[in-house]
Amino acid sequence: MFQQSSYSEQLTFFQKLRSFDFVLIFSVLLLGLISNISMFSTDGGELLYHTKSHLIRFVVFFVMMLFLSFLNLRFWHSTAYLFYIIVLGFLVWASLYGITASGSQRWVNLYFINLQPSELMKVAIIVCFARYFHREQITNVSSFKNIILSLAILVMPIVLVVSQPDLGTSILIAASGLIVLWLAGLNIRYFVYSALVLLVSFPFVISFLKPYQKLRILSFFNPDRDPLGAGYQIIQSKIAVGSGGFTGKGFLQGTQSYLEFLPEKHTDFIFTLFSEEHGFVGSVFLLILYAILIYRIIKIGSISRSYFGRLFCFGFGSAIFIYVAVNMSMVLGLLPIVGSPLPIMSYGGSSMLATMIGLSIVMSTKIYHKQIIN
Amino acid sequence: MFSGDDSNVLKFNTINRRVFILSLAKGIVFTGILARLFTLQISDNKKYLTLSDKNRLREWRLPPVRGEFKDYFDKTIAGNIEVYQLHVIPEQVENFKYLMIRLKNILPLSNNEFVKIIKKKNQQKPWETLIISENLTWDQFSKVNFYLHELSGAKPVLSVARSYPFKENYTHVLGYVAQASENDLLNNENIKNKHVPGLRVGKTGLEKSFENDLIGTNGVQRYEVNAFGKRIKQVNFQKGYKGKEIKLTLDTEVQKLCNDLLANKAGSISVMDIYSGEIIAMHSSPSFDPNLFLYGISYKDWDDIKDNPDKPLINKTISGLYSPGSTIKPIVALSALENNVISPNFKVRCTGKMEMYGQTYHCWKKKGHGVVDLRGAIIQSCDTYFYEMSRRLGVDRLKVTASRFGLGNKVFDNLYKEEKGGLFPSTSWKKANLGQGWVLGETLITGIGQGYVQTTPLQLCLMTAQLANGGFKIYPTLVSNKNQESLEKIKYKMAQNLISEEKYDSSIIRTAEEFFNPGEKDYKKLFRNQENVKFVLEAMFASTNQWNGTSYKSRIEDPKYQFAGKTGTAQVKKITEEQRELDLETSQIPYDDRDHAWFVAFGPYKNPRYSISVFVEHGGSGSKAAAPLAKQLIKKVIDRHEEREKIRRRKLINI
Repeated sequence: MFQQSSYSEQLTFFQKLRSFDFVLIFSVLLLGLISNISMFSTDGGELLYHTKSHLIRFVVFFVMMLFLSFLNLRFWHSTAYLFYIIVLGFLVWASLYGITASGSQRWVNLYFINLQPSELMKVAIIVCFARYFHREQITNVSSFKNIILSLAILVMPIVLVVSQPDLGTSILIAASGLIVLWLAGLNIRYFVYSALVLLVSFPFVISFLKPYQKLRILSFFNPDRDPLGAGYQIIQSKIAVGSGGFTGKGFLQGTQSYLEFLPEKHTDFIFTLFSEEHGFVGSVFLLILYAILIYRIIKIGSISRSYFGRLFCFGFGSAIFIYVAVNMSMVLGLLPIVGSPLPIMSYGGSSMLATMIGLSIVMSTKIYHKQIIN
Repeated sequence: MFSGDDSNVLKFNTINRRVFILSLAKGIVFTGILARLFTLQISDNKKYLTLSDKNRLREWRLPPVRGEFKDYFDKTIAGNIEVYQLHVIPEQVENFKYLMIRLKNILPLSNNEFVKIIKKKNQQKPWETLIISENLTWDQFSKVNFYLHELSGAKPVLSVARSYPFKENYTHVLGYVAQASENDLLNNENIKNKHVPGLRVGKTGLEKSFENDLIGTNGVQRYEVNAFGKRIKQVNFQKGYKGKEIKLTLDTEVQKLCNDLLANKAGSISVMDIYSGEIIAMHSSPSFDPNLFLYGISYKDWDDIKDNPDKPLINKTISGLYSPGSTIKPIVALSALENNVISPNFKVRCTGKMEMYGQTYHCWKKKGHGVVDLRGAIIQSCDTYFYEMSRRLGVDRLKVTASRFGLGNKVFDNLYKEEKGGLFPSTSWKKANLGQGWVLGETLITGIGQGYVQTTPLQLCLMTAQLANGGFKIYPTLVSNKNQESLEKIKYKMAQNLISEEKYDSSIIRTAEEFFNPGEKDYKKLFRNQENVKFVLEAMFASTNQWNGTSYKSRIEDPKYQFAGKTGTAQVKKITEEQRELDLETSQIPYDDRDHAWFVAFGPYKNPRYSISVFVEHGGSGSKAAAPLAKQLIKKVIDRHEEREKIRRRKLINI
């Protein structure tokens, strides 16, 4: 017990540095490079606001991630609840005094940065669950108390995010939370039951949706019903991707994007722009890069001797997978349009910050993978 | 490690198992995304590439330049002039309302015009050119250019528009152009395909008939545009082609004279080459300036034209139906001779009137002509003689001859939509159309060109031409044809037809021949015995050049211009006995009740080349109102002959 805990303290700086996962760092850097190149393209081939600010964010948060990686995994373990509570607090703050933009109250003003706490919640919920289930006996996981408590942990932020309103992020939080719960060993029955409940309540849920959200779902099933309105984004996105062809139209040559047919090309539709300019080859390359990233995270989880680290890595890796899959499916017309950024690629500081924090915990898990946390 | 190791192992096993399952699921989802990418980017690449081009490329069609009409001497009679226009593409204007208000003040536009433009804007697509003004004056054009920096989105352009340099002279022949209407687009696929806002298309006349030749092709500018319709760059430019030039057989000098002769009169004049069928002039009066229709005619001008009782909108030469009066007497005489009903020596005593079937039929000369033979009856236009002759001839035999010479049939096949065929009655026609039997008295008045018979002025011109050329079929044409047979060839063919077996014109055979030999025409003879035709022509000559002829006063003695003609005075109203007793001068009769004046002629008599018909609506007697006009006209036509021959010879050499 003592030996094990003292083990980590014996690690020197260089030992820590050597146990960094360089494949992971390399893929993150590559993604960062690609994202900045794409951002450059969205600015029409000039070094304008979006490119500069994205580059700065990437560099700052990437360096921050490297530094945070040196933190002992125990630090994350011990501050997990605090982290969750602080982010939840921000969410409450946002819902009370948040900054409103395009009809949604998502941001809190931290004077030096406008933070979108719902993005941080994507990581916080995983950290929180990892801590929660770390000490739990497998036999107890599906106990009544645990189910109620974990549901409470999950539902509170979701309710806050839905009320912003931000359907996309809340769905992503819910999805990653549920996956962590399942990974933690929650009986599969409960998922089946809740899926059934969801299915039954679907018509009621529909009736609670905002008119524009309903339109988006309707136009997902038939984009042509309103090609210039609700269906416009998905139609134009498909045209952009499809017209890219095998090798793409070339860097800075994406007509759909520079002639401004593509909506939200900095954020949710960044993949469309990339795919239009670099074609099938580029898209597959990007997909593989994400697959490597996810694989490395899962791999790190599987070598971790602490359940906290393991659950977090599995959860976080799966969350990244969900973000990527949802975003790509959305822009390719496989899912309805809900706001969901592509990790690292999309423009947005909070999303970048959350991803980097998650990655630093993963890296910490790697460095301290032999350490057992009580 | 306080809790049992078993439990911990179980916990790790669970999570490892579940993450494995999850990884499989991830693999499947990523494969799905990969498959989707493959479908979009590789299988359906073509489709999306097309859609992407459709997004980014937009075509602007430029108005096609219309082909010109030339007269026989290559004078432009319907051409194009450069005009200054002001265009706006609403999609590219940031503040359309502001721009319009500025323009309204600068040009200035009237409220009416302003509302019209706004209405037009709302009807068309935002990227379609909106024409603010089609014909800016130089003043307006320079003003707009001066303020251009404040008028972002407005584009002053140099464009072309139709112009008719000879104004009212060619109105009825050419017709006119005006903005294409819904109907034009529906009825003509070609117009629909080439339509751009402001396109002018032919509304009547040759402008309409030759629309497909004249219209030309659009130039196309292809631009790359962004999502807001802003032009980013021109991708390519496809030049348009001007429409075909159409050369007519008309002579502007003669045409102008026709217009002058009919000034302040209602009527029609036509002049025709009696061999080639080329129409040298064709005018209908009153006329109007077709340029008025180019930029939208004003209500006042339109009302003036529309409400004019002399009907300027109608091309009287081909659409006006009138009783030919005595001008058909040569045909009646020919028919009687051809059918051996009478001999030229047959004599009738004219007492001024004739009792028949309980009715009195009057000769135009109250005192009567005394004893006249056929030649004298034609010279003096003795009605009594023709009553008697038609009675013996019968209307059905008369109709055969008249139809053969073109009366009651359209002169052109399909050149003019508005052309009318007219009518030459027969017993079967009356039975079929009026349901009544033919009354013999009707034969008598048909014989002097009254009653049911209705012809157009051009039909009479054709009739005269076909008599004057010796009685051969000709093919009237307005369009100068490269394949036109030479005069010598036509004359040779006619001579061949004269000695060949009797062959009457049959329209079925003619159609078939034209189908197999376009350009080659058969100038069939229209008579049995050419002596009869010659007899009639000589009588017509005497009618103009013998002291007692009806048009003796209008004769020209110079053999170069000497012509032969026949007057006609067509009653428009049945004259009662009392009115007949009054014997009023033309000027004393209400305008609408006055007789129509006719004169048909050909010249020069020794070697005829041209036939004319002059018609003056409600002009009174043919000898007083129509023949003097014909005198001036024939002089002009013959004066122009040498010039015309020069062109003809040049054309022959070119071939």
